Amino acid sequence: MTPANRSSSPDARGVLAREVRDSVVVRFAGDSGDGMQLTGSQFTLEAALAGSDIATLPDYPAEIRAPAGTTYGVSAFQIHFGGDISTAGDEPDVLVALNPAALKVNCREIRIGGLVVIDAGTFTKRNLDKAGFTGNPLEDDTLAPYQLLKLDISTRTLEAVEPFGLSQKEALRCRNMWTLGLMLWMFGQDRQATADWIGKKFAKVPTTAEANVAALNAGHAFGETVEMPSDVVGYTVAKSDVAPGVYRTVTGTEATAWGLIAGTRAAGLARMVLGTYPITPATPLLHVLATLKGYGVVTFQAEDEIAAICAAIGASYAGALGVTASSGPGIALKAEALGLAVATELPLVVVNSQRAGPSTGMPTKAEQADLFQAVYGRNGDSPLPVIAAATPADCYEVAIEAVRLAVTYMTPVMMLIDGYLANAAEPWLLPNADDVEPFPVSFHTDPDGFRPFMRDPTTLVRPWAVPGTPDLAHRIGGLERDAETGHISYDPENHQRMTDLRMRKVARIADDVPEQEIHLGAPTGDVLVVGWGSTYGPIYQAVRQLRADGHAVSHVHLRYVHPFPRNLGTVLHGFKHILVPEMNAGQLVAFLRSTYLVDAEGVNKVTGKPFKVADILSAVHAKLESDA
Amino acid sequence: MTDSSTKRALAPKDFASDQDVRWCPGCGDYAILKGVQKALAEIGTPPHETVFISGIGCAARFPYYVSTYGFHTIHGRAPAFATGVKLANPGLDVWVITGDGDGLSIGGNHMLHVLRRNVDLQIILFNNEIYGLTKGQYSPTSKRGTRSPSTPQGSIEGPVLPAAVALGAGARFIARTVDTQQPHLVSVLKEAHANRGASFVEVFQNCVVFNDGAHAGFTDKKVAPDAQLYLEHGKPLLFGRNRDQGLRLRPHALELEVVTVGTDGVAEDDILVHDQRNRGLAMLLAHMAPPEYPVALGVLYRDPQPSYEDGVQEQADAAGAVPVRDANVGQLLGGGRTWTVE
Repeated sequence: MTPANRSSSPDARGVLAREVRDSVVVRFAGDSGDGMQLTGSQFTLEAALAGSDIATLPDYPAEIRAPAGTTYGVSAFQIHFGGDISTAGDEPDVLVALNPAALKVNCREIRIGGLVVIDAGTFTKRNLDKAGFTGNPLEDDTLAPYQLLKLDISTRTLEAVEPFGLSQKEALRCRNMWTLGLMLWMFGQDRQATADWIGKKFAKVPTTAEANVAALNAGHAFGETVEMPSDVVGYTVAKSDVAPGVYRTVTGTEATAWGLIAGTRAAGLARMVLGTYPITPATPLLHVLATLKGYGVVTFQAEDEIAAICAAIGASYAGALGVTASSGPGIALKAEALGLAVATELPLVVVNSQRAGPSTGMPTKAEQADLFQAVYGRNGDSPLPVIAAATPADCYEVAIEAVRLAVTYMTPVMMLIDGYLANAAEPWLLPNADDVEPFPVSFHTDPDGFRPFMRDPTTLVRPWAVPGTPDLAHRIGGLERDAETGHISYDPENHQRMTDLRMRKVARIADDVPEQEIHLGAPTGDVLVVGWGSTYGPIYQAVRQLRADGHAVSHVHLRYVHPFPRNLGTVLHGFKHILVPEMNAGQLVAFLRSTYLVDAEGVNKVTGKPFKVADILSAVHAKLESDA
Repeated sequence: MTDSSTKRALAPKDFASDQDVRWCPGCGDYAILKGVQKALAEIGTPPHETVFISGIGCAARFPYYVSTYGFHTIHGRAPAFATGVKLANPGLDVWVITGDGDGLSIGGNHMLHVLRRNVDLQIILFNNEIYGLTKGQYSPTSKRGTRSPSTPQGSIEGPVLPAAVALGAGARFIARTVDTQQPHLVSVLKEAHANRGASFVEVFQNCVVFNDGAHAGFTDKKVAPDAQLYLEHGKPLLFGRNRDQGLRLRPHALELEVVTVGTDGVAEDDILVHDQRNRGLAMLLAHMAPPEYPVALGVLYRDPQPSYEDGVQEQADAAGAVPVRDANVGQLLGGGRTWTVE
């Protein structure tokens, strides 16, 4: 909450003054079975419908329902909403904690002076013990730095849903909706979209639907009518000043799915075949695409990661767009097949929804540590283009671009997202689907002079000749092939030539992608902050603040990670210092140093949580001060 | 599967590629290649509508030697590539060529799943009970005690039985034949092709260099008549050079026994009649081995079910699928809850 804006405005009902804020960060936290992700998503939708800009950060454990009341079972959803939002917020202004464990895990991160709303009904000796509290934080000074709103949400919910005759357990499941109702009241938001959503979700169990709506309404009514402690008020949060048009919220997963379809359409292909094996956090892409069969999508849940990519390659070989999606451990399993797609020069889109590694790592926590794997993670010299999305909505364009590069250059393309982008939501001005520039594929059909590895002299691209085409039957495979005939060849000169061709073909893609733009700031200055992927928001926000404070700092964010845009070297050389924030131990920074021989320095964080704006600010300040 | 109108008279040579065949002289693969080319000509699908997909190994070089479309992929994964091809274009005739190592060791998982899914493919497993291309290590089908560079004291592992694995995986078509028995090989391949779904064919193949004579116990001309039983649906399970040996169920036990018609009061009516749809019988037949039993050749099991891609197509139709190029992406993007900023 921006304290500068604490002027009060009269509430519409004139009952209670509402404070005006530029933006607010709210975090909902509870047991993984408490429905915190749903609560957060609905709050997000209502905030977006009310005209706010939004960014969200779902944060949930790998365990589906860890033992109730434990700290490792806490699931949280953070939303930052208001006038102009680019991150999910450094610190929550409001924490809603539905049990002691949720408080325990999250209380250190709340802004000093922020509001903590707790369900006092859950603060029993047993739950406090499970959460690891030695005393009762409601009675000691644990929460002294914050405003505390103690409510017996459990009892209030039971009262609200009593007429519906639910079991105690079922009734308590409505706590999240009661809480949501209260929060919607607190920020002056509507709740109709949530009521509609509940009605749809529980269409087959009307009693449950009615009970949830009743809880939602009761939470709202509680805020409106019950006397709150004098320091707890309602808020009016600034609306977003955005371009007119039709908006919706979108997650990175949805935007990726739709972008893949839009790209396949732009390529003029009949089918897209997704071969996937379930893995966190990539699985939701399979879930989304499995519902889109009407759009010409075939989804194949394979027996393993390897079969998933092999089926996708087989589909591309036969003239569809093959797509596979996974996360780091699964991408590792796909490496051999990916090499075959490089060797046989077939189109393929590989989506890597990165998570914290190595090995199984932290499946539900985001990281950007698969960049080396994407660029280099195969045997032999096996180049392929790698591109990365910066925001949930950006996934749409990047997915289209992945398809374009794959079919235009007959190459596998790695699209990097991460667990944060996949699950986070933001408002999206709906693009016109017809604005996608078509890049129609033309399958080779002319038998005259056909050779499977003949090449376009400029792009070095080989023809896509699919089985079923008369007079073009040919054989391809993973053995090195003659540059002319495509037949198996162990000839030394030929292998040199083919290796060079494969490298050059991918390198030349740099000629066909836009020059690197500077997202914020001047083309020269003291510090250039270079990012890629989901660090976009915090870097952008930090650089904006630094520039407002008069510092010569700029922001460049890479979509094309391999090969780099052709002017990137020039851009880098315009700055005294180059800082590269990454959620890894230093991967892009190594590429920049080795490619351009520049003294780029890493700012690295691998906590499983996104960068805070403050992290970037302090790194840049330290650099600026080192010059002083 | 192909529309019959596209078929024309084809000869085996129409399926020979321009590549030099690089198998060892005397390799059983030559005979299989010849049999496949003959079967393809008789089946009549044009070469350009036919695809051969293989993994890695001696057998996996096969696609280079036929004039159809071919994809020599990676070790063990041919069934997955083939599944992808069928998902993209179900109209293609797709054959998978694999070996005992490729199909049952590194690729065992894919074999299991392609069979249970019943993808419409012909899967030919060349079983020579040895790793040839890596110079002679024992394979998952090698008999216990097999001496090889990696088992100098003899293999201590029990082998897998391909037909039993296929049955266990839920395959709907399982057949066996021998590399050198051309007419039988050709007819089995044609039957496999006629089956819609995953057709699993094990070919007993001789590796002349590293495991010569591995199957001689039942393929050698001298013993073959008494050591092989040709299965025919609806016909009694008779074999032997005089066709007087037969199979019947041992009284009070779920097992087969070999009896001689005309002795001990055994009449031809006492002999079991082959029923391709009988899974239990198929499992008993699959396990027969010399010297006590003959090796069962031909179609052990056939009980068709809808193929995987038929199911995919059914769901696509139910969803009103259009080609992606005609999809209404605008409707997709605007399909959720939207709001308008003035």
